Amino acid sequence: MKNLGPILTVVTAIFVLWYAGAVALNASWAYDKAKRANVEITFSEMVADTMQQKKPKLPAPHQVGKEIWKTTGEMVAKGRAFSKRSLIYHSWITLSATLLGFAMGTALGVSLSVGIVYNRTMDMSVMPWVIASQTIPILAIAPMIIVVLNAIGISGLLPKAVISMYLSFFPVVVGMVKGLRSPDHMMVDQMKTWSATKGQEFWKLRLPSSMPFLFPSLKVAMAASLVGAIVGELPTGAVAGLGARLLAGSYYGQTIQIWSALITAAALAAALVAIIGVIQKVVLKRMGMA
Amino acid sequence: MNDTVISAKNLSLTFETNDGPVHALKDINLDINKGDFVSFIGPSGCGKTTFLRCMADLEQPTAGEITVNGVSPAEARKARAYGYVFQHAGLYPWRTIGGNIRLPLEIMGVDKAAQDKSVKEVLELVHLEGFEKKYPWQLSGGMQQRASIARALAFQADILLMDEPFGALDEIVRDHLNEQLLELWARTNKTIGFVTHSIPEAVYLSTKIVVMSPRPGRIHDVIESTLPKERPLDIRDSPEFIEIAHRVRDGLRAGHGDD
Repeated sequence: MKNLGPILTVVTAIFVLWYAGAVALNASWAYDKAKRANVEITFSEMVADTMQQKKPKLPAPHQVGKEIWKTTGEMVAKGRAFSKRSLIYHSWITLSATLLGFAMGTALGVSLSVGIVYNRTMDMSVMPWVIASQTIPILAIAPMIIVVLNAIGISGLLPKAVISMYLSFFPVVVGMVKGLRSPDHMMVDQMKTWSATKGQEFWKLRLPSSMPFLFPSLKVAMAASLVGAIVGELPTGAVAGLGARLLAGSYYGQTIQIWSALITAAALAAALVAIIGVIQKVVLKRMGMA
Repeated sequence: MNDTVISAKNLSLTFETNDGPVHALKDINLDINKGDFVSFIGPSGCGKTTFLRCMADLEQPTAGEITVNGVSPAEARKARAYGYVFQHAGLYPWRTIGGNIRLPLEIMGVDKAAQDKSVKEVLELVHLEGFEKKYPWQLSGGMQQRASIARALAFQADILLMDEPFGALDEIVRDHLNEQLLELWARTNKTIGFVTHSIPEAVYLSTKIVVMSPRPGRIHDVIESTLPKERPLDIRDSPEFIEIAHRVRDGLRAGHGDD
């Protein structure tokens, strides 16, 4: 635990900056209220006020923490973990779209990379389109995906997952193309001296060689997938999901709700990436490559 | 025992590059007999590795003819006629030593019991008994190269093609491996094609030394060794050995020119 010290230092610095920011940004509202009530407030009274406003410009960390607890732990305690007011419920909605999109994106990414590595025509033709696809702003294309899919009768989880897939297949393609091409000439020649088939070459040499490249790509893909799911919830007036919470919060100026949804999304992403990290460690260790 | 195993007739290979054609091999004529230990020696660019790769069907000659066991290199490859050892061991890091030796056998569809038997046999041949369950990173460079030789031997090919297999190892390890290779050759009676750029190594190991020269790659001299089959390491101090080494060195110098 020798990096505990530096980590705590950074976390403390973030909290200090956050509190300072909350005071600075919320101060004017505290003074306004006092002015209208015709009272003079001292600096410390002002600071105290900035910590507990109902709709602060920047909510203080403890307010966000309290809101998150109210919408998660407390709901669980009341046995209403999946009520519509619970962040667990909204997180689950977003998480399910994220995971489905991630799975679809990984499958698409791996298949495209195999095609690109083994087929010269695909190598020349697919890669430029893969790169071009990522230059289109997702915010522009997300509503269209949802409208088009809706028109053919697909709604709910799948359209969001498609947007997640759209974002997450890219890092997988790039990483896997590199990974599948990582065995050097000698290794490939060696396979040829044994008259190995293309399939044997893939399963016994190229796929195992690509593992160290796959996992970093999966981490990026997972984070992108979550962003995709949230973005997918924004333009549709979705009533559930972290994206919907963000949107509802901004309609009604519920900054605390926005921030708690944001922090939850970040924690979710961190947890998902950490899970991939653990799988990576286990797999590479078992393969004798870590 | 004078049946020809590998035979090249007017073999040429020209690479087309952006700077014009490169004559890697030009009019190569050579017969290798069963049980021969043939070394190919020469400066870089003389085509010694390219020649070996032609035998293994890893390069396609542009003119002339080459046969391995009387058939084309491609057919010989499909008939598992040869095992090939590269300059680097090229062991798969995610497989144990046993798993690495098993790899060609798996690819060739050998059944499990026969795989186990072969692995045990070849590990014993290269003196790596007890290392079957170890991973490559747990072995020294010399041991890794021995494992890679074991892998080339695993499927009982009669020909062993080796492309500077000990080039990346230090001299003490190299001496040791040379001794072991001779012992292995005596025990298995394989035909060995061996590329090297070390004169003592070529003279110590070979029954036939092929001296090659570059631009275009061609055979400068073929020396039939007069050394006995039984060769202790100190044979390298004998006048006979020194004489052959001399002839190899002269051949290299004459073929090399001044460039």
